[in-house]
Amino acid sequence: MSAVGTSYYDRKGILGTLGRDGLLQIILIANSIIMLAPIVIMIFSAFKTTPQIFQSPFGFPDLTQVGNFVKIWTQTNFLRYLLNSFVVTGASMVLILTLGTMAAYALGRYAFTGAGFILMFFVAGLTLPLKLAIIPLFMLMRDLSILNNQLSLIFVYTAMGLPTTIFIMTGFIRTLPNELEDAARMDGASEARIMWSIMLPLVRPAMVIAGIQNVVPIWNDFFFPLVFIQNDALKTLPQGLTTFMGEYTTDWGVLFSGLTLSAAPIIVIYIVLSRQFIAGMTSGAVK
Amino acid sequence: MAQLSLRGIKKRFRDTAVLHGIDLEIGDREFVVFVGPSGCGKSTLLRLIAGLDPITEGEFVLNGTRMNDVAPSRRGIAMVFQSYALYPHMDVYENMAFGARLMGLDKAEVERRIAEAAQMLKLDALLKRRPRELSGGQRQRVAIGRALVRKPDVFLLDEPLSNLDAALRSEVRLEIAKLHREIGGTMIYVTHDQVEAMTLADKIVVMNSGRIEQVGSPRELYETPANVFVAGFIGSPRMTLVDVTRDGNRLGIANGGSVVMSALPQVPALKLGLRPDSVRLVRDADAEGLRAVVEYTEYLGDNAFVYARLADGTLLSARTTPNDLFAPDEAVTVQVDPASTHFFSAEDGRRLVLGGAG
Ligand SMILES: Nc1ncnc2c1ncn2[C@@H]1O[C@H](COP(=O)(O)OP(=O)(O)OP(=O)(O)O)[C@@H](O)[C@H]1O
Ligand SMILES: [Mg+2]
Repeated sequence: MSAVGTSYYDRKGILGTLGRDGLLQIILIANSIIMLAPIVIMIFSAFKTTPQIFQSPFGFPDLTQVGNFVKIWTQTNFLRYLLNSFVVTGASMVLILTLGTMAAYALGRYAFTGAGFILMFFVAGLTLPLKLAIIPLFMLMRDLSILNNQLSLIFVYTAMGLPTTIFIMTGFIRTLPNELEDAARMDGASEARIMWSIMLPLVRPAMVIAGIQNVVPIWNDFFFPLVFIQNDALKTLPQGLTTFMGEYTTDWGVLFSGLTLSAAPIIVIYIVLSRQFIAGMTSGAVK
Repeated sequence: MAQLSLRGIKKRFRDTAVLHGIDLEIGDREFVVFVGPSGCGKSTLLRLIAGLDPITEGEFVLNGTRMNDVAPSRRGIAMVFQSYALYPHMDVYENMAFGARLMGLDKAEVERRIAEAAQMLKLDALLKRRPRELSGGQRQRVAIGRALVRKPDVFLLDEPLSNLDAALRSEVRLEIAKLHREIGGTMIYVTHDQVEAMTLADKIVVMNSGRIEQVGSPRELYETPANVFVAGFIGSPRMTLVDVTRDGNRLGIANGGSVVMSALPQVPALKLGLRPDSVRLVRDADAEGLRAVVEYTEYLGDNAFVYARLADGTLLSARTTPNDLFAPDEAVTVQVDPASTHFFSAEDGRRLVLGGAG
């Protein structure tokens, strides 16, 4: 045991000590910078006037200069858009997670004929570029008379989110020990109760993953609102923000402050939820 | 009160038949242990009794009522799972309260029962902990406590000690025996550790590939095993089984000596069953007996077991005193005590009774 340990350390040269880990650190740091730079520039620009942005795009702004934020808050429809985004994203997420978890529980736990096929059917949705179906979808929404209605967005987003959610959740539920449900069954719990009191708390980490996976694209989606929503009072944030881009002039400062504000909720949600990735939620259940 | 009858129970998972017809009567307050090698269907049988899996064929009757289609929680049966299956997101108290509340007990009664169980199992100090903050032995006690608060007529325990270390295992074994005396329910206990089976059971059920080989008290199984399977399974070290050919009252093994018996079952070929206690090793190479070569010796302090290879290749175990150890490769002669020798049919392995035709 110790012999192995010693020879391992003996072999370490310069590269060994700074070594693999050092290199890894450098790559990770570089990656973080590349990923963070656009966000930082966006936030910086939110505090600058348009001329300042063009003069020194990377310069550090005067953080007390919040004129852009005041302007966007008071003089535009920003709040309305924000609210719409919350409604659409929130409703879609609730539907995706409820339906997805229920479907995944059935697929993961009950052995019934056709379970495999249904799972494949859902997973096939992963490969489907929904945007190609925009014309039939448009006609469908028209026939349902929910064009210019947030329901159209909610339906499409739910359909979009279900495949990944079911895929992630089914896999996760299958890894949970069967004996927990058997124990609950012996205790006299109904199937609904087992789902609610036993499974749901245990699948929360997977729900968080599925949630984050879906919430970002839905929140940021530009395409479907553009097609389905014309009424300005119903527009979501990404769509609404484009109204700040004029044909001839654009107030870049205000646009960036709008972008910053619209990214903020998602970043906050992400940070809060990532605490939920508690490893070993099930540890202690078995063994 | 709990009187269980299993009548012709069969279980198939799709095409694989796992249990091939189990008939068994279990009386009130009995401590019954199912033993058998891995995969023989012990857990499956337990799950059928619990109601977690449907019975394919046959009948399970509890106190005169057919239970085949009764929901698990309505059978008056509680189960302790091999993995404990504690709810990881609930503390110890909640783990025990979950089932009690679902029984429709009022709050005070739930509390009273948990307090009682906690006291009996020494869990008082742990009630607010989550399962992951408990040691293996403590989790195991919580799992028992969870069964206890439901006050079932029948307890099912599936290898409850298999995740514990050896020292803890014998301690918890004693606790379970004590618990059974105190609460007096019927207990069905699955294990593949025959020491657990021998020490705990009123009645042992030996299973092998989905069938019951023998049912009986530990003593019956040890003294009169019904066949070679039971003979080899019960007792440690295992009983040695030797194929012998018969010549009058003389039994010989292939190229290596023979023994003379005064009385023998009337069959041409048979198997000899020798417990470590019923043989004696002597160093005299010309003595009457079976030839063997010592392979190794297990010294246990108060006891020692010698393992010797018989001339036909069978490994034989013999008890000796610690003062009389044998060296490896030593040639020895095995003398057999006719009174404590078991005879089995060479064809189907069944026990042969002296004088009978088998
Ligand atoms: N759900 C199932 N589907 C198909 N076969 C199964 C299923 N459950 C058990 N079996 C099979 O039934 C046989 C008996 O299994 P069981 O779990 O009852 O064995 P066991 O005696 O409890 O073994 P162990 O001592 O290892 O726990 C095994 O061969 C197993 O492969
Ligand atoms: Mg088992």
